[in-house]
Formats: sequence, C-alpha cells, structure tokens
Amino acid sequence: MTNASRIKFLYILMTITLLLVGFFQSWNVALTIFNLCLISSIMTLGINIQWGNAGIVNFGVMGFAALGGLANIIISMPPTQNAWKVGGEIIIIGLLVFTLSIIFSILLFKKSNLNNKIKYLISFAFIISGYFIMRLLVDAPIEKIEAIEPAKTGYLGGFNLPVLLSWPVGGLLAAFSAFIIGKISLGLRSDYLAIATLGISEIIIYFLKNEDWLSRGVKNVNGLPRPVPYEIELQSKEWVLKVSDYLDTPITELSSIIVKLSYSMLFCVVLLIVLFLLEIAVKSPWGRMMRAIRDNEVSANAMGKNIKQRHLQVFIIGSAIVGLAGAMLTTLDGQFTPVSYQPLRYTFLIWIMVIVGGSGNNFGSIIGGFLIWFFWVQSEPLGLWFISQITTHISDANIIKSHLLENAAHIRLMFMGMILLITLRFAPKGLIPEVKR
Amino acid sequence: MDFLNGITLIANYIVIPGLTYGSQLALGALGITIIYSVLRFSNFAHGEFMSFGAMNSILLSWLFISLGVTLHPLPTAIIVLPIAIVFTISYCIIIDKFIFKFYRKQNSKSVINLIVSIGVMFFTGGLIRFIVGPGDKNFFDGERFILKARTFKNITGLNEGLTLKTTQGITIILSVLLVILLFWFLNKTKTGKSMRAYSDNKELALLSGINPEKVVLITWIITGTLACVAGTLYGLDKSYKPFTYLHLVLPIFSAAIVGGVGNPVGAIIGGFVIAFSELIITFAYKKIFFYFLPSNFVPEGLLQILSTDYKIAISFLILVLVLLIKPTGIYKGKII
Repeated sequence: MTNASRIKFLYILMTITLLLVGFFQSWNVALTIFNLCLISSIMTLGINIQWGNAGIVNFGVMGFAALGGLANIIISMPPTQNAWKVGGEIIIIGLLVFTLSIIFSILLFKKSNLNNKIKYLISFAFIISGYFIMRLLVDAPIEKIEAIEPAKTGYLGGFNLPVLLSWPVGGLLAAFSAFIIGKISLGLRSDYLAIATLGISEIIIYFLKNEDWLSRGVKNVNGLPRPVPYEIELQSKEWVLKVSDYLDTPITELSSIIVKLSYSMLFCVVLLIVLFLLEIAVKSPWGRMMRAIRDNEVSANAMGKNIKQRHLQVFIIGSAIVGLAGAMLTTLDGQFTPVSYQPLRYTFLIWIMVIVGGSGNNFGSIIGGFLIWFFWVQSEPLGLWFISQITTHISDANIIKSHLLENAAHIRLMFMGMILLITLRFAPKGLIPEVKR
Repeated sequence: MDFLNGITLIANYIVIPGLTYGSQLALGALGITIIYSVLRFSNFAHGEFMSFGAMNSILLSWLFISLGVTLHPLPTAIIVLPIAIVFTISYCIIIDKFIFKFYRKQNSKSVINLIVSIGVMFFTGGLIRFIVGPGDKNFFDGERFILKARTFKNITGLNEGLTLKTTQGITIILSVLLVILLFWFLNKTKTGKSMRAYSDNKELALLSGINPEKVVLITWIITGTLACVAGTLYGLDKSYKPFTYLHLVLPIFSAAIVGGVGNPVGAIIGGFVIAFSELIITFAYKKIFFYFLPSNFVPEGLLQILSTDYKIAISFLILVLVLLIKPTGIYKGKII
C-alpha cells in the first residue's frame, strides 16, 4: 500500500472504531477516549519531530507534560493574598539568588582562563553558598505560606487569568526548561541522553511533589477553571433542553457530552495548528537539514551545519509541544495531581505511540497516538474478556480462575509490550512509514 | 561517651543502611554493566528482571513454607534462591532467543535495542502483575534482627542503639560472596576471559575462535543470577511491590554510569556512591552536632541539606552531575 492509501485506511478505521464505541458503549466514553487520543497525538507529534526527524531520544515527556500542567496553576488560579503578604516575594528573591550563583559559575567557566581545578572549586563554592543563602531566605516564608489554610490553599496561587492562556504558557515553560536540559545533556550519546532526560524528568516530578508552596505538592490543586461551560449551567439553558427533548437523551448525559464536545473542538484546533506548522517545518529546508544531521552527523557538520544548535532547537520545539499538550491535559482533568505522573503512562507509552505510528511521519504519529491510547483504555475490558473466554471450562470456584480474573487488568502492560515488540520486529518503520524524499 | 554515641548514630543511620542499599544497587548495576559491555545496549528491562527474580523467590518461599521446609533463624528465601535463579536465567534466555537475538543478528543500533528493551520491560512488568498481582507481598520469615537496639544499649551502656536486621546482614554477606565469585569467574576461568575478550574487541575475539553464542549465553546466565539475587534481597529488605522495581532502574543506571559503564568495579563503587550520598544528603545532622559540639553551639533546625522526600531524586542529580563533568564515570568505561 502506498502511504496515502495507508493514511486513508487507518484514519477511516479509527473513526469507525470510535463511532462503534459511541453506538455500543456510550457517547460519553467515546468522547473521553477521543479527547485523550487528541492530547496523546499532540504529545506524540512533539516527540516525533525530535526522534523521527532529528534522531534525538527524549525520555523526558513526563517532566515536560507536568510543567505544562503547572502552567495551569500559575495562570488560572486566584492568588493567595496572605501568602504574598507573609513573604512570597522573598521566595522569588531567594530563587533569584540561587539562579544568579549558577549563572555566575557558568560565566566563570566559560570566560575565565583560570586553571580547571580552581574553576571547579570556585564555581562549586559559589553554587553551594548560593544554595545555603537561598535556604536561609526561603525556609521561613515557605513554612508560613504552607501554614495558611493548608486544607484549601497553603500555596502562592496564580495570576487569575483565563485558563486558555495557560496552554501557550505551558509550552513556553517547557521550552525554557528544555533549553536548560538541552544545554546540559544534548552532547551525550543517544542512550545516555535517554537516561539523563528520564532522570531529569523524575527530578521535575519530585520538585512538584514536594514544593507545596508552588503546586501544593501531593495535596493536589483542584477546581482549576474551565475554558468551557459547566454541566450545571448548560442544564438550565433552553436550547439544551430542546435538543434533549429532540434527541430523547437525558439532560445530564447530554450536558456532559456537550462539554466534552467543546473540549474536542478546542483540542482539534490545536492539533491542526501544530500539525500544519510541523508539516511546513518538515518540508522546508530546515526539515531537510534536520534529516541530513540525523542520517550523518559528520557529513552534515562538514557542510557547515551547526549540529549542537540545531539539536537544541529541535529539542526545544518538540518539548514545547509536549508542554502544550500537558497543559491541555491538566485543563481537561480540571486538577493538577503530581502523583499521577508516572514514566510508564507518560514517557514510555508516548514512545510506543511514536514507534508504532511510524517515526518520521506526522500523520503516522497522530494515528499512533489514537490507536495506542484506544488500546490502552480498551485493553482492560479486552483482557478480562480474553481471560474469561479461555477459562470458561473451569468452574467458578477454582482459585486459579478467580486469581486470573482478578489480575486480568494488568494484561494491558503485556499487550503494550507485545505491540511494541511486534512493530519493531515486523514493521520497524511503523504503520505509516516516513515519506521517501 | 558522647563521641561513641555520635559514632553509633552514624553507624546506625548511615553506614549500615548505606552498605545494604549500596550492595543492592551494586548488584543491579553489575547486571546492567555486563549486558552493556557484551551486548552493547542499555537494558531498561533489568529492573523487571530483578522483579521477576524476586517473584520467583516469593512463590517458591510460599511453597516451601507450606511444605514446612524452612531455615529458621534465616528466611526461607535463602533455600529457594538457587531454584529462583534457575527460573530467572531461563526467562532471560528465552527472552534473548525470541527477541534480542534478532536485533543482534541485524547489528541494530544501540538505541533500537534500548527501545526493544522497553518493550520487554512492559511485557515482563505485565506478566509479573498478572501472576502475583500488583499488591504488597511479604515473604520474610525467621528472626528479624541480628542485633537489637536494646541489646546493644544494654551491652555497651550507650544512649544510642545500633540495629542490624537479618536482611541487612544477609544482603551484605551474599553480595560480597557473589561479587567474589563473579570476579573469580571473569579473571581466572577460560570462559570468563573469552567473555572479556569478546566485550573488548568483538571481531578479534571471533577471529580467535570464540563462540559468540556461548558468550551471549554466559552473559545472560550471569545477568539472570545477579538480577534474581539483587531483586530478592531488595524485596526481602523492603517488602516486595512490583512497581518499585521500575523506579529502581534509574538509581541502578545512575550507579552504573557514575562508576563507568562497562566496568564491573565501577558498577560496585557507583552503587555505594549513590547509596551513601542519598543517605548523607538527606540525613538530619542535628543529633550528630548535639554529640560532637558543646551544647551551646548546637544550631537550631533539623540541619538537613535536602528533605528526605528528595532521597531518590539525589541519585538522578548525581547522574546529571557526572554526565556533565565526567561522562565516562569514575572508572573509565566503554564509549562506543
């Protein structure tokens, strides 16, 4: 099959599958899956531009997605007034001091011609002293802030701006941290880079879990504002009542479908914009250059391409897209829960999507995101069905049968592993391979 | 007296836990390093192999306990360990035969192998949860302590107690034995030497008539053994939960890289560096100062450099620092 017919076939298949879920399970379930599919495929696009086009292994998906989520808090939550009175500014100053000490030691490293050992010593001393000055400044106000109504606030809060603004800000936040992370780790070989980015993303999650003054940590931030109306508001609207009568569906179900549909529309718009921009980028000379670097770094370097800069560039762009998707995910959930960020669900699942969809092909990434998320959600009931089918001849009282049925949900990890392994073995280029140019 | 109290405090809260956790990390890092130096890829599935080994020990322990075969004061896991190792090795070899072998024959890039190992990680993780379930499993039986805090206090008359759990003792002793055995094998036996030759220079080794399939087989046998022992010891020491092993992969990788990937001595040193820095950085020094300084000099606060919540993050921090300053690690590893 050619690529175009593959794309058509797979997209139609996916649409039919989602419609079938709508008809046979419920439209609410179908739309929930659809929304998360959209977000997953945006994340996948972000990783695909890095891996598929530039050959960079970024295992930090989880961290960037979480930073996008943090943007939701910073932008949309109301500020905690008392927190700023007891010393919110001091925390900012403390962080600035620490940042300055780091910047100074980096400058020292780059500009001075002192001997290496002395450089290490001085910059080490600078960072350590910067850290302790920060702790001296920050420790007391943090304690005070976290003591303000810890059950409700106990954190700095945000700027009380419209939540939609947090999507681009989430992207920017991720881009900024990608700049730092890229500076640190992009010089490494591919598998070291994978481990380093995975480690850094874990550090980000630990930070968000434990710094209560910023993100309330494990207490979560609930009740984030929504860009779409609430179900309760919809239920009192006249046109909703009319549609409900006309379609003969209960009003509660209809209102939640409308909410989900409006999310879907917002997400679709974002997905289309991202896809459009990425397609332009990939087809432009810039995209050609990235692929040249990916295929042969030495010769691209000989042609005068600045590989470090280009890698950093694409790392920032891809991570910003992941951050954007992470912000959208948190807005959809309506809450920020640092504990929910697991590498299995974020980093590795997204990677399976990229590989299965077809690395280096944007349309492949989207279908990969859709298919794998669909399987991820549906493999729990599928696993249960599978187990009950093979154990139909065993009596219900059997311990082994009940044990198998109990753990059937975990079959989905096995499913995912097998899908990835089978793809890598028999279709290493993925469902929709990279276009031959 | 104060001085002795302070020393005991350090021994109790830093030295003994550090030695235990360090040995567990070192065994894990050895497995990763050996796979890396012979098969040339970073094996993300190693954590799940450890978990698989621990699961085997658990199931066999339960079986043996129900049959009444125990090794009181010591946990039953010690008796079943050899059988569990055999199961783990068989699993590793089966996985290699059906999955990794294909990519080895194709001479795939190490990144592809890494992604394949993630597939294996998912599969193995699912298999384990499917067999024993995701919950907490306790399989420790026998005497809990070698040395109780109270006994120590009674004997020495100090204020601070020193505890040594059985699991800690077993971990340290078994690790030392295993490491000695491994180094003896690698340095003294013909097979071990051929393995080192193969990892040094594959083409030359093949030319001198070393059978590559045999080397790979031995590699998996060693890895399976190390994974099973490390996993079982970790599970014995801190109760077994399948998902903890995924989180253990990163500290283990840190240990391997900090020591220098591909270098067995480095892996061991790396394990202890990671374990001790985790403990030293998150330890509350107030009590130590209380013993070592005159009482009016003792500062306020807990005097922690970082709160204990960041314990695991420290291993990643060290990893990042090492990658920045000296990517080859403490002992120069292999850079391919």
